[in-house]
Amino acid sequence: MSAVRCINLCKTYRQGDQDIKALDHLSVEIEKGEFVCLMSPSGGGKTTLLNAIGGLDIPDSGEVWIADERIDQMSKGQLADLRLANIGFVFQAYNLIPVLTAQENVEFVMQVKGVPAGQRREKSFAILEEVGLKGLESRRPAEMSGGQQQRVAVARAIVSRPELVLADEPTANLDSKTSAELMELFTELNEHHNTTFVIATHDQRVQAYAKRLVRMLDGRIVDDIKQNAA
Amino acid sequence: MHMFFVLSRLAWRYLWRNHRRTVVMLSAIAVGTWAMIFMTALTRGMVDQMIVDGISVIPGHVQIHDPDYLDDPSVYNRVALSDTELTARFHDAGFVAWASRVRVPAVVTSERESRGVTLLGIDPQAERSFSFVDYDAVEGRFLDGADDKGVVLGAKLADTLETRVGKRVVLMSQDPDNEIADRGFRVVGLFHAEIEVTEESYAFIGKRTAQDMLRIGDTVTEVVFVGDDYRDVEPLVANVMGRVDDSVQVSRWTEVDTYLGTMMGMMDGFMLIWVIVIFLALSFGLVNTLVMAVFERIREIGLMLALGMKPASVLGQIIIESMMLLAVGLLIGDVLAWATIKPLEGGIDISVVAKGMEMFGASSMLYPNLSIDDVILANMVVMILGFLASLSPAWRASRYEPVEAITKV
Amino acid sequence: MNIVLRLAWRNLWRHSRRTWLTIGAMVFSNILLVFMISLQFGMYGLMIDNTLQVFSGHMQVQAPDYKDDQKMRQVVEDVQPLAARLRGELQSETIAARGWAFGLASSEERSYGIGIYGVEPVFEANVSNIPGLIGQGRYLEQNDAAEIVIGATLARNLRIRVGDELTLLGSGLDGSFAAAVLNVVGIFNSGIKEIDRNIAEMPLGMFQDMFFMDGAGHQVVILAPDLDQAEMLQARVEEIVSDNNELVVQGWDALQPGLKQAIQADMSSAFFMYGILVILVAFSVLNTQLMSVLERTHEFGIVMALGLKPGRLGRLVMLETAMMGLIGMLLGAMAGALFTTWFTVNGFSYPGMEEMVANFNLPGRVYPRATLLTMFAGPLVVFVFTLAAAAYPALRLQRLHPIEAMRTL
Repeated sequence: MSAVRCINLCKTYRQGDQDIKALDHLSVEIEKGEFVCLMSPSGGGKTTLLNAIGGLDIPDSGEVWIADERIDQMSKGQLADLRLANIGFVFQAYNLIPVLTAQENVEFVMQVKGVPAGQRREKSFAILEEVGLKGLESRRPAEMSGGQQQRVAVARAIVSRPELVLADEPTANLDSKTSAELMELFTELNEHHNTTFVIATHDQRVQAYAKRLVRMLDGRIVDDIKQNAA
Repeated sequence: MHMFFVLSRLAWRYLWRNHRRTVVMLSAIAVGTWAMIFMTALTRGMVDQMIVDGISVIPGHVQIHDPDYLDDPSVYNRVALSDTELTARFHDAGFVAWASRVRVPAVVTSERESRGVTLLGIDPQAERSFSFVDYDAVEGRFLDGADDKGVVLGAKLADTLETRVGKRVVLMSQDPDNEIADRGFRVVGLFHAEIEVTEESYAFIGKRTAQDMLRIGDTVTEVVFVGDDYRDVEPLVANVMGRVDDSVQVSRWTEVDTYLGTMMGMMDGFMLIWVIVIFLALSFGLVNTLVMAVFERIREIGLMLALGMKPASVLGQIIIESMMLLAVGLLIGDVLAWATIKPLEGGIDISVVAKGMEMFGASSMLYPNLSIDDVILANMVVMILGFLASLSPAWRASRYEPVEAITKV
Repeated sequence: MNIVLRLAWRNLWRHSRRTWLTIGAMVFSNILLVFMISLQFGMYGLMIDNTLQVFSGHMQVQAPDYKDDQKMRQVVEDVQPLAARLRGELQSETIAARGWAFGLASSEERSYGIGIYGVEPVFEANVSNIPGLIGQGRYLEQNDAAEIVIGATLARNLRIRVGDELTLLGSGLDGSFAAAVLNVVGIFNSGIKEIDRNIAEMPLGMFQDMFFMDGAGHQVVILAPDLDQAEMLQARVEEIVSDNNELVVQGWDALQPGLKQAIQADMSSAFFMYGILVILVAFSVLNTQLMSVLERTHEFGIVMALGLKPGRLGRLVMLETAMMGLIGMLLGAMAGALFTTWFTVNGFSYPGMEEMVANFNLPGRVYPRATLLTMFAGPLVVFVFTLAAAAYPALRLQRLHPIEAMRTL
């Protein structure tokens, strides 16, 4: 059983008076524990695919399976529960709730799930240490650098040990040193916890870390290579 | 339940994120609340005073008359029961106060002038507790008892008649056979009243003296009763009606003075309307604030939805934010109102428009009445209407699609 | 200039919902203001006219202390020739002489003390409504006829009808006994309790005979064409009688002090309410404009870096506010006028109104009219406060530094 299975996905957007095929009969399978990079030029469909996998955006046709559950026909409520329980998200920007501290941001999803305060605290402190942000728990996003913010986002994404982490251009606003640090973190988590990572990016440096590269163009997969990571 | 705390914490922090806007909104709510309560306290105080004063002139909460008396208030239409009979029926009945009296139109003549008055033959001891005359503040003295041979006039009337304590006047009325009934009286006292026209309208003599002068024996023209609460006289009415038959008519004070009765009823209506008007004026700003706050937060809302929070929680958060804003504003307004009304409890002097107030039936001192019921009502109305007003922006916030929201520039 | 206007206009509509909500607050308040002010002034006008036209007129020529003391001996000598002279010099027929005395009126069955007016039958209808309110019989005609008209309540209390005889007893000017038997030729119904119960009118000539007045009376009543001309007219009358220091002219606010004061008291409380509404709108505008300025900090920074002075930006903000305020004012004034006009046609009333306003000679249903003044008085004030509210955000712009501003998101 694969972690993610997409069968014949189609999605079309209307922009002005043109139809844009973001997904064009696309099928892909991802196994548990894989570290996959989705690549395409801007607008090539990688974000749409990521959103489809994450249950944020229902494709016009086709099937999406997460583990053994078919999600393209779920209700909004069910999808929300799915995201809460099984999927961690890291977005390109605006990952954090500005009025909450780092610790509170990390705890947010757990709080919504109803995890008791003591447990939450323990876990959030641990994970923040794991991502290298020990001591910064009480800072608000405005008081942190871009790189630190992304790390908090990652901490939040993985604190409840989701099966799947989806990241959309996570290094877009970071300098090369921080990007590298972030990717090291991802790799470590992938290897230690066997979390499946699917990362959408057009950053060359990120590609180097991937163990599988999926290239997309105009909504189709044009290349699917396994490689040895750096 | 834990969601409530999560959302509340978020709501509170978001409120203070844009503190200028929140302060402006809080100020507006506080001012509006202050105005609601202040105005209501002043008006209620005025109306309460008016009614209490008015009732003391009627007097009483309930009255008994001959069925024809109210139409034709003459000595001809006396209460069918004798005074002795009345005493027997009412004396132990548990009324706060009651008294039988003789009330007839009369003419008072001094050396120089004559005027029409309403002559009241009373038992001063029985009426002391509810009379509009403060017996102790009378120039000269008030009547000693029902047999007193003197007359007590209003100070203004004495002025007009060019008479004073110690001088004599003649009181003239008619007896049941339409014969003139007149008698000379020495003026033993002058009373003062809040409302000047009262001083010109009434003259007091002893009840038995009146009965004697008018040749009506042991009968009276009206009986008055005072109960516990002028706002609810039904128990009193029941008590009185249980002791009399159809030969007499029992009237509530609201029926005797319809103006006052109507005033009492209208007061609550006016107050509610005032509260709603203020709220509506505030509501535009409130909705605007919420809409703007939500707009600024679209991405974060998208984020929360993407992370798995339910749309209902987003709705809840906005509503909680709105309720918090209102609650704090209300609190400040309440405290402001209390702080400004307390020092005025001694009364506001409006004697500059005294004559005008007389037309309303009010006195020239305004005593605000801060009633906790009014405060609660105002706060409740604002909270409930505020809740309703925030439903729309909150609903729209919860309808965002995470994808759209996150990618909005 | 044109580009600035266009810019300001477009800026307003960048957030159209926010702008509409703010305009909504203005329109709401303005509708209320227009309606209430129209209603208020309509009612005041009606109150004054109704009260003065019934009986007291816009001014009266009297003896110096007569207004306060109302004593028989405080006369106006040769009152009818004086009235005729005033009619001639002022070219007006709405001037009439009167005399007043207190007396006892007796029918076959009852007696009551009343106020008796001697009037000029020919001219009294020009200064008073009462002759026109005769319900049964007719009004007085001859100046020396032994006739009398009385109020409906008095007629009922005396149990007397048109055609019956009424005996009057009183004191003459010289203190001697005055008596007359008069024929009741008419009964009037003014709707005002005090008048219908306490007043009777007889021909002045007959009055002067009965009370040994020797040609004297107590008042010359003058009715002005309308309230606005009363002051001017009063000045002229004062001039005419200035040579006689036994005469003074009392204006209506001296004759009916309660009237003016009641209006003043009502206006004070109304102004308080209007003030609160205006302030709440001002808060709304402050909120909106503050937000509008804050969210454009970045863009203002760029513009200033390009060379525009902060003063220009401040003026831009004020211009936007003025446009918004103008829309709110015009829409509000028109909507308010429409709203009021609905009541001009259908009348305005609420349950209990009749009892409430009876004291002020107002009918239970009024028809407010929106005039240009009442239509714009409120909205103009709102507009001014709107501009004032925007002053704070506009002034804040003065302290903006371009680089800092551009750093803002």
